[in-house]
Amino acid sequence: MEASRVSDDLDWIGLAGKRAKGKRPEYFDDPAIDRLLSITMALVGEVSVMRQRMDTIERLLDTKGVVSRDDIERFEPDAEGAYERGVQTKAYIARVMRGVQQAMEAMASEEKPVEEVSRELKEM
Amino acid sequence: MKHDVAPPYTAVARHAVFPDPSHDEAARFDFLANFNKYMSTTLGPGNKRAYDIRILPAFEKEHGRAPADRFEIRRAMNKDPWHRFWSALKRNSMEMRQQNGRQMVLRQLDQLDGKVRQFNEGRDTLWLDPAVAVPRYQQAVDIHCMPGSYHGEERPGDVSAGANYDCGIFATTAGGLGALSDGGGMALVDWIKRERPGWTPRRILDLGCTIGHNIVPLALAFPDTEIIAIDTAAPALRYGHARAQALGARNLHFVQMNAEDMSAYPDGHFDWVQTTMYLHELSGTALPRIIKEGARVLAPGGLMFHLEQPQYSDAMPLYEQFIRDWDAFNNNEPFWSSMHALDLKSLIIEAGFPADSLFTTGVRAVVDETIFPTANAGDGEDHGRAAYWNAYGAWKPAA
Repeated sequence: MEASRVSDDLDWIGLAGKRAKGKRPEYFDDPAIDRLLSITMALVGEVSVMRQRMDTIERLLDTKGVVSRDDIERFEPDAEGAYERGVQTKAYIARVMRGVQQAMEAMASEEKPVEEVSRELKEM
Repeated sequence: MKHDVAPPYTAVARHAVFPDPSHDEAARFDFLANFNKYMSTTLGPGNKRAYDIRILPAFEKEHGRAPADRFEIRRAMNKDPWHRFWSALKRNSMEMRQQNGRQMVLRQLDQLDGKVRQFNEGRDTLWLDPAVAVPRYQQAVDIHCMPGSYHGEERPGDVSAGANYDCGIFATTAGGLGALSDGGGMALVDWIKRERPGWTPRRILDLGCTIGHNIVPLALAFPDTEIIAIDTAAPALRYGHARAQALGARNLHFVQMNAEDMSAYPDGHFDWVQTTMYLHELSGTALPRIIKEGARVLAPGGLMFHLEQPQYSDAMPLYEQFIRDWDAFNNNEPFWSSMHALDLKSLIIEAGFPADSLFTTGVRAVVDETIFPTANAGDGEDHGRAAYWNAYGAWKPAA
């Protein structure tokens, strides 16, 4: 189903990736970090897609016992299933983004290095 | 605990010209919708925290005063490692939305163009005029990081720009605009039915309609009204016309025209002239011209209505102005910042409306709340994309 059905002269993969006109902001001092983050985020997205595909297969196996590719492509979760998948995706995102989220939490507390705490404990 | 999650992409309405998503294409949008929600609700407050805890104190120490405007805050925040990382993530999410949407649309472009042709050929409700140029202010950058903007074509006469725009609004708003991404238009219907019960305008004009999301609900609510929707972008109009026809809005005409010059219409031709989320995509000279042209073609007793995110004012904290400006500099919305600082009321008065004919009102997206989220304004708001707007309007005095 995902195979190209478009005229051969249209390079849909190449064209889909065209850059938008307008200078892209540089978010990091080293441009390699900008590139690496883009790759990381694309992979993060694709893992989420694979997990959802697995979930689809499992749900179909539960109800049908056997699954065709067409079943997968046509699958639409009911409201409860959609919510469960939403929660799974949310929890997955929370796991991937843990470092960013905890750096945000850390901003709110003034902490000394654990090495210092360790020295203090010796005397406590 | 009931978790706040985005609705599934499979709940997005597939009207007759909507691209057909594969399982994984839908899953990509599911990821982005939930990721954007996470970015605004869980991580978004981190920007304010960085500002309060380190950026503002450092600024005050260095300058002996608080920041004077949103630009000073932006320059200071752009040095903060946490804000930079958040911005980089968000920029990537916007770029991924574009590539995902374009892959889905372009791989089935033959079918899409064919379906659209069936709805467009031989209909007198679509008027394209190749003489209408892409406005200069639309050529500066590709708006919202959409490669090719609203005007781009991958081959002559295609609908890729319109279809890509339609299919991805779900992701950037995390489903906040409903199954047809028309929560704004539905809100207009809801508002006017309460404001003027029983009123049936003879003609309505929608400026900068793109693919007609927000005008189709009005066309369906007022089936006896003649409705004209104009835009300069042919690919958006082609798609929008087919979409409207597929949804049964037969009283809706799509016309390729620049709103700066609507001399095709006589004075006082329309009972209602409106824009939805359009003014911020213009320019400093185009915006007042368009407001004036809109006022000219509006009939005495008629309604002028402009729906936008809230304007910046002295009452709005500078930090909020700064974060609302994020899209201006990170998502190719180059007029966003200066437009939101304009005094829209004065511009409407300059266009000939008496001050006491003006009003502003808050408008919240109207969606099927059993599936789609209610618009939230406040801490977890995704500034710039929240499904909650301000309407700046005026009733033209009767002659």
